[in-house]
Amino acid sequence: MPEYSFTVNDKPVTVNAPDDMPLLWVLRDLLGITGPKYGCGVGVCRACTSHLDGAEIQPCVVPVKECAGRCVTTIEGLADGDQLHPVQQAWLDCDVAQCGFCQPGQIMAAVALLNRTSHPTDADIDEIENVCRCGTYHRIRQAITKAAGHG
Amino acid sequence: MNDPEAAAANAPEDEVPAAEPGRSDVSRRKVIVYALAASTLTLVAPLGAGEPSRAQAKSAPGRGKQPASDVLVRGTDEEKLVLHVTEANEVRVYLPRVEVGQGITTAVAMMIAEELDARLVDVDIPLAAARTDGGFQYTGGSSSVRSLYDPARKLAAVARARLVTAAARRWDLPARTLRTQNTMVIAPDGRTATFGSLTAAASRIKHPEVSSKPKRASRHRVIGRPAGRIDARDLVTGKAKYTGDLAVAGARPTVVARPPTFGGKVVSVDDSRARALPGVLAVVRVPGGVAVVAETFHHAFQARDALRISWTPGPIAKVSDAQIRSRLRASLPPLAPPRPGSVQIHGEFDFAFVGHAPMEVLTAVADVRSDRAEFWFSSQTPTDARASIAAAIRLPERAVRVHVMRGGGSFGRQLTFDAGLEAALISKAARQPIKLMWSRSDDFRHAGMRPATHYRVRASLAGGRMVALEQDTASVYEGTGHEDDGLGLPIPLGAWRSVDSGMSRVVEDVILDEVARSLHKDPVAFRRTRVSKRGKAVLDRVAAEGRWGRSLPAGWGQGVSVHEEYESCVACLVEIDATDRRNPRVVSVVMAVDVGTVVNPRGLQAQLMGGANDGISTILTAGLHLDRGAIREGSFADFRYARQRNSPLHFDVHILPSTRPPGGAGELGVPAAAAAVANAYARATGSRPRRFPINF
Repeated sequence: MPEYSFTVNDKPVTVNAPDDMPLLWVLRDLLGITGPKYGCGVGVCRACTSHLDGAEIQPCVVPVKECAGRCVTTIEGLADGDQLHPVQQAWLDCDVAQCGFCQPGQIMAAVALLNRTSHPTDADIDEIENVCRCGTYHRIRQAITKAAGHG
Repeated sequence: MNDPEAAAANAPEDEVPAAEPGRSDVSRRKVIVYALAASTLTLVAPLGAGEPSRAQAKSAPGRGKQPASDVLVRGTDEEKLVLHVTEANEVRVYLPRVEVGQGITTAVAMMIAEELDARLVDVDIPLAAARTDGGFQYTGGSSSVRSLYDPARKLAAVARARLVTAAARRWDLPARTLRTQNTMVIAPDGRTATFGSLTAAASRIKHPEVSSKPKRASRHRVIGRPAGRIDARDLVTGKAKYTGDLAVAGARPTVVARPPTFGGKVVSVDDSRARALPGVLAVVRVPGGVAVVAETFHHAFQARDALRISWTPGPIAKVSDAQIRSRLRASLPPLAPPRPGSVQIHGEFDFAFVGHAPMEVLTAVADVRSDRAEFWFSSQTPTDARASIAAAIRLPERAVRVHVMRGGGSFGRQLTFDAGLEAALISKAARQPIKLMWSRSDDFRHAGMRPATHYRVRASLAGGRMVALEQDTASVYEGTGHEDDGLGLPIPLGAWRSVDSGMSRVVEDVILDEVARSLHKDPVAFRRTRVSKRGKAVLDRVAAEGRWGRSLPAGWGQGVSVHEEYESCVACLVEIDATDRRNPRVVSVVMAVDVGTVVNPRGLQAQLMGGANDGISTILTAGLHLDRGAIREGSFADFRYARQRNSPLHFDVHILPSTRPPGGAGELGVPAAAAAVANAYARATGSRPRRFPINF
């Protein structure tokens, strides 16, 4: 089985995995990193949203071979120790989460949006495709706006 | 041992003050106090189904060096709430409910913090495992806050009285001079003692010297004030564990190949290719299909797809939505002749199947051995699950443990326990611990769903007013597919957040608006004549806050609804931009709510926000097609639950003050929001909506 080395949340990792194995299952089943959630496996619900070299990806549709030598960031790698990322803090301040299952992906999508656009408009926020079945969308919008203000 | 049930299972029978049959309700509903290993103050409050318990405490006899046992109510069907105050100054309550996002753990933590004067951060609310003593546990019907409000506060108030008394004795001060704050007892001279330092002494107090009664509402400092979720930090850092995140018992990833049509059966399986793939540990037949156990979910899915299975067509393999709709319509009895001289407004309404579609697909961890079994999954009915699983794997119930996990949503989905039961059978057949996960398309195509339902409404008008409003309904039900009426279907069905109210409220309100138009009455004014005083108050509030009747651009519309249920009431005013009829946007949602006493206003607003998005989704876009015996939708690409771009830009909840006991809120928002969206769409487009979702 091929061997792949890359960085996850600033730590080097090496895994033996089939080249077509989605990063999601590499993270969850081989590395025990469970923040990114399975919600559909086809890149639609976006509960697994994470970053590859700082850009948003859906690990359920990214094969591990595409990650070799690159930097993966999951929700677990967003905070700086006990210091939450401003988007995580905005999520707390706005009490966004309900069941919480989609929220790691929502937060990673919001961080990616703010990296692209420091002051997103309502139209920019509307382009976030991540599903929240609890319907927390309005608080997500508030939290992104709040985090943008602090940025 | 951090689970009281486990302790109870090991406790000698004579050490447990059992509730005797025939004892009065009052005596069975005592809050019971006793020492746990002499270092933890432990109290138990039964949750009576009827009147709340009378707070009355007594010390249990000294327990010497008996193993920890703290479950004192046995042999009854009452639910229990168990509170510990530990030496480490932690307050812990084992909650006989499941947390699926509705915020019940936070609400209960607030009740406990209020009456103990504990800091909210010192209160932990783990979910109790399924009881093992024959009692039941149930989360549903928007009943959790209603059923827990009195017992939880009384439990904490009894604990507080003992802690204060213990401090008074330590300091030799009158107990009434002491106060409590921040998980401490404080003396007039400024001395402090943490609750943790007082637990051993408090558990020996027989007669507390201060009141054990909960505070008056006017003294509440936690209840009624907005609080963030107690688990919010875990949720935003990825630390919160759901069933699929567990690494327990060496459980191996497992998925199931399922029939292409409902009720299809396996004719033959060729698993040679699948078994030859790397990482495959077992392939076993189960009633739902063929299960693959593997090293990772990637390997499991690959092996599932390599199975060559021939299936029988299920009994409804030729049935689609159109037949269902006509059968439902035909099943209603003929209408009686209308009142002479009256004019009728009719509506025949159809609602499609709707998946619960929680973000977390059904998942269960099972470890079935020859003489015992242990499970981890999220469940609204864990005691029923435990009984059914024990029967299915032929083990005595006492040998089966079910840990209740937090759920990634539910919306009624976890009233049944398909995954737990299936995982049990797979683990038993494969002879190993497994972690079963339904794929997302399994979740849409094989999981429970709101049944397709038909409504017939007839309003009769005479003399410038409505003189009768009749509503009949029919829905499909779980059956074999061979029933004479054609409505029994081999499809797992289930209650969906707000059950039938999410549909009956809609059809009534759509007709009410048509009646109001026919009578030249304003929809708000017309509704005011039909609702309670509380209903009028919430309706007036949304009409004012949402600027009912303001002028709107062409293609826009407002809709309004009032819903009274769960001892609560809510009004909803929706504004929609339906300039593009195929792609309307709900721009604004304003709600006003009276749920009696509010524990956490922030949590209440969150529940209504969810209800609003459920209303938007089920009315406009989100449903499941039955297409030749199978569900067409397979992911969130085609099950069109609201995304950010479909969610209102303006959302506001106005909470009306009330001193009534708490009412239910978890499902409350759905019916009113759904009805208001339907009416806003009708007014914006000049249409008369009859089939939901509208754009489907």
